[in-house]
Amino acid sequence: MTVSDLIGKSGEWLRGSGPMSDIVISSRVRLARNVAGYPFLSKATPEQREELTTLIRSNVDGAATAGEWAYIDVDQLDPLDRQVLVERHLISKPHMDASGSRGVAISRSERVSVMVNEEDHLRLQVIRSGLQLHEVWDEIDAIDDQIEERIDFAFHPRYGYLTACPTNVGTGIRVSVMLHLPALKLTNEIERVFRAAKDMRLAVRGFFGEGTDATGDFFQISNQTTLGRTEEEIIDDFKHQVIPKIIDYENQARRALVHDRAVALDDKIWRSYAALCYARTISSDETLMHLSHLRLGVHLGRIKELDIAAINEIFLLTQPAHLQKMSGTRLTGEQRSAARAECIRRRLGRI
Amino acid sequence: MQVCQKCKKQNATVHLTEIVDKHGQKRERHLCNNCAVEDGIMGPQAVPVPLNQMLGALIKAQPAVQELASLACPHCKLTFVEFRNTGQLGCPHDYDAFEKHLVPLIERAHEAASHHVGKIPRRLDEPRAPADDLNRLRGELNKAVLHEQFEKAARLRDQIKTLESQG
Repeated sequence: MTVSDLIGKSGEWLRGSGPMSDIVISSRVRLARNVAGYPFLSKATPEQREELTTLIRSNVDGAATAGEWAYIDVDQLDPLDRQVLVERHLISKPHMDASGSRGVAISRSERVSVMVNEEDHLRLQVIRSGLQLHEVWDEIDAIDDQIEERIDFAFHPRYGYLTACPTNVGTGIRVSVMLHLPALKLTNEIERVFRAAKDMRLAVRGFFGEGTDATGDFFQISNQTTLGRTEEEIIDDFKHQVIPKIIDYENQARRALVHDRAVALDDKIWRSYAALCYARTISSDETLMHLSHLRLGVHLGRIKELDIAAINEIFLLTQPAHLQKMSGTRLTGEQRSAARAECIRRRLGRI
Repeated sequence: MQVCQKCKKQNATVHLTEIVDKHGQKRERHLCNNCAVEDGIMGPQAVPVPLNQMLGALIKAQPAVQELASLACPHCKLTFVEFRNTGQLGCPHDYDAFEKHLVPLIERAHEAASHHVGKIPRRLDEPRAPADDLNRLRGELNKAVLHEQFEKAARLRDQIKTLESQG
């Protein structure tokens, strides 16, 4: 599999199905692991980095539950292809920008990926559409076991799985749930979410994860502490406390919009639909905003002719690297805005 | 105005607090300019020492800080100071090498927890009941502290101590 094989279809996590998928875009769990007997990457020699990639690469395939794996050598990859992997949430931005021997193993469905030589030797990730945290945990737990049958991970009786940064030590787990909260944003009640998250010591980030602002209508909520609680406890908090509360807030706000401000709501939704159908040049921020309204319109039954999977696909395909990959050439910012508008019109059946 | 402790004639213009041993025992000295130069405390011209240099020297004179500055992992040679600058550890052994200084940081980052509970590698996962109990109790202790249930926390801490002494 090459990066070009990924283009044109969207990853499984953007299918728009799964429980609560009107509000929960995706559920993701990642585990940080390091190979015993090797230094962490900041102290690894280029030779040791190479050894690690070879060792991990040849043993990840052993995790058979993930199905067929493909390995991509990120170091050898064209910068545009690296960015495609970031846009598909298969690698992190730091992994894209780093140097030296590193890679990513991806399952055919793109549901499972293992970054090799990121901040830690291995960063396992499983991502699914909708609220499926327990399913995601069971899957990543099994894959972790299968890799561990072949590779010994650095583990300490007191501190648990050892990581390059002590903020990840212990379980090495990061649980992230991506939420679409347009009604809370429209009713200026988004602060409630930040408060709920803060009370539970959770971090709130934007659509593109770490390092991005929580602006727009998409939010990623994730745990910050990895030590002192079991993986199941951390996940249960999300599933039974944090996420249901936020879903409840959003649903209240949606009902209030429909009940009290139906005309204003429809105006917002249909104007966004119109902009996407007819714009000849459009920025990614504007696209994100209109797609958010469109998604809300579909879920509230105000727009009937579109399905969520189609809208989710537009999210992915209108990002800069995907646009350039599809047009087969490098584009300037201005050209990208034109290509983006065209791509959207095509997807919405206007061309 | 204080008189110089050495010549007992001139006014003391140099006031020095020295830490004379590792227990932090202090000695104060008050000297005039000339005697200070004689004793090598000041250069012949009173060149003002930049404040940061002075602070740096003072900090280095503190035995605890000196120890911290020279603290390094015997395996990967990473110094604790380097770690504080980058936030990245150099190898798994650092957790033991820096234990004393690392634990407070770990506790701050993890809501006061400093013991792992949860998954452990299969190869280590032998049915050792006491260890399992310890794990569970530590988990409960973390939770109790988090929810400010201090009586419960104290009880749990005692149970853990008993178990640890048996093990």
